[in-house]
Amino acid sequence: MNRRDLLKAGLVAVAGMVIPLNALEVFDDEAKAAVKAAIEMVPKKRRWAFVVDTRKCVGCGMCVKACKMENEVPFDADVSRTWVERYVVLKDGDVLIDSPKEARYGYTKNDPMGREIKEDEIAKGFFVPKLCNQCEKPSCVQVCPVGATYKTEDGVVLVDRTWCIGCGYCIMNCPYQARFFHPVYNTAEKCTFCYHRITKGMKPACVQACAFGVRKIGMLNDPNSEVFQIVMNERVMVLKPETGNEPNVFYIGLDKIVR
Amino acid sequence: MTEVHGQLWTIKQLFTYPNEYIYWTVHIALYPYITGLVAGAFVLSSLYHLFGKKELRPVSRFALVFSFALLLVAPMPLLFFHLLHPERAFNVFFTPHYYSAIAAFGLVFSVYGLIVASEIWFAYRPHFIAQSQSRKGIMGLIFKVLTLGSYDLDERTAHIDEKAVKFLAAIGIPSACFLHGYVGFIFGSVKTVAMWKSPLMPVIFLMSAIISGVALCIWTYILGMKFFRREICTDTVRSMGRVLAWFIILALTLEMLDFVFHGYTAEESWSILSKIIFGKFKFKIFVLQWGLGMLLPIILLFIPKLSTIRAFVASTCVLIGVWMMRWDVVIGGQSMSKSLAGFMKYKMPIWPHTFEEFREGLFSVILLLILPFIFLCIFNKFTPVFTEKKCNFDTEEAH
Repeated sequence: MNRRDLLKAGLVAVAGMVIPLNALEVFDDEAKAAVKAAIEMVPKKRRWAFVVDTRKCVGCGMCVKACKMENEVPFDADVSRTWVERYVVLKDGDVLIDSPKEARYGYTKNDPMGREIKEDEIAKGFFVPKLCNQCEKPSCVQVCPVGATYKTEDGVVLVDRTWCIGCGYCIMNCPYQARFFHPVYNTAEKCTFCYHRITKGMKPACVQACAFGVRKIGMLNDPNSEVFQIVMNERVMVLKPETGNEPNVFYIGLDKIVR
Repeated sequence: MTEVHGQLWTIKQLFTYPNEYIYWTVHIALYPYITGLVAGAFVLSSLYHLFGKKELRPVSRFALVFSFALLLVAPMPLLFFHLLHPERAFNVFFTPHYYSAIAAFGLVFSVYGLIVASEIWFAYRPHFIAQSQSRKGIMGLIFKVLTLGSYDLDERTAHIDEKAVKFLAAIGIPSACFLHGYVGFIFGSVKTVAMWKSPLMPVIFLMSAIISGVALCIWTYILGMKFFRREICTDTVRSMGRVLAWFIILALTLEMLDFVFHGYTAEESWSILSKIIFGKFKFKIFVLQWGLGMLLPIILLFIPKLSTIRAFVASTCVLIGVWMMRWDVVIGGQSMSKSLAGFMKYKMPIWPHTFEEFREGLFSVILLLILPFIFLCIFNKFTPVFTEKKCNFDTEEAH
């Protein structure tokens, strides 16, 4: 075999190896699905989503109260599936943030972080309700060693209390600290968008309890839902987008100081 | 008030999320500490078996058996003291979720355990056979079981034993590295804790594992020899000292590199992370972890003509330093709030008034730290670890 033959044979061999590998990709399920979706406009997955309009929140704490009672998280325990944070920015640049008792008793005094603040010292102030973001790529589900926490088909992340071993790895991995240990069951606990209610056509306890229309729930893939309309037509933001978790809770009127 | 898990030992400062507590406590620091000792001790024993460092012969078997004793204790802090449902610990074998960094722990751990156990068996086979033939009663029976029915003792089988030990030592080193690098990955992959999130974490953990394991072997060897009133082999101690010193340099370099990188890239979290490193944890990190735990031992070990006492002091310092490293990583990492606007202080329960306070407190830690030594004493009855009578490394006499 001379050099020319060797090069020829080599080329044929390389081409022979590359072409079949590429050809296989056509039959890949995901590739097929992508082609199909592009042609038929297949509707996206069913996704429960939440909108929080921070501009309307007055910090009454009724949502927290309702949540604790509905979901049997002991009322006097210092943990909660949902909570409300208070942000006060002073004219001198100081930022005061707090959420005393998760705001279960509501904000009734002008005392951020226990400091008495005169009204004319305040540049701006607002409340930010928080809850589980039911992420598209939940890092809590990723790290559960036993698969006790999982994502339902309609996008809500749940915990199996009978299988959770209580290692706390999911709690460490939640960027929003929406998780904690349930004081009674000693298993990981979190907001479920009141899955037991929404799957029966009811609203979550916090949405029901909010008198100011701050909290809204709906299907992100349903063009008729209010949530879809807001997410599509208004300028919304999610918390900590840099984590790559892709939250399904969207905020209106979020300030840059909110984490 | 209903007590929440974590509330007992967490003191919050400024703004932290309401559900935020120190959830990973002292046992999560203890778990990589003991796992590290396992890996380090094994690497030391392999240096003789695999690379034929003759001066390490007096400690090679001891390091191997000690590694196994530590291995049995390594998962205990995690499984029996940390988990809120220890009775469900085995769920991880029934439904392992392999996307989780800790799901494969059982597998990795068992494989490594099997390697170490088999290596011990091959190394001690002649001893088991001799004992099973000469001893009576329960001990005789136990030794009979330990022989696993294999009584061949000639040149050919001795050669096979030797080869098997070599082979197991060879696959044991990567497994030991994997076991501990993997522990580092558990931390390094937590993207929500700024101090942990680093691809260097597995290597950092591995290096500190090796230094802590070697240091513990030096420490226990010197104490053991004193206890049994035997001669301490200076060459052995010096050889271990050299291994220790070079690995400390590697470990220190990597740990410094990690901090420098966090500081230089100065991502959003750096403003608060720097307050942990240069503020709340500065004494623990710079004085205890690096000064006492690394720089001082490097100096002590590199001064020529290493004496036993100097090696003992240096290894004690390394053991304290590596423990501080585990503490600073686990507790320090959680001391900054994910809100980037507050801190949490960890106050470990000391005197137990309730079971929870015992489980999460000082005394369970002491118990777990004593346990490997108790196991070592028990194993010593079946697999005697200090068999060398003299410090003569050139003869090829049987152990």
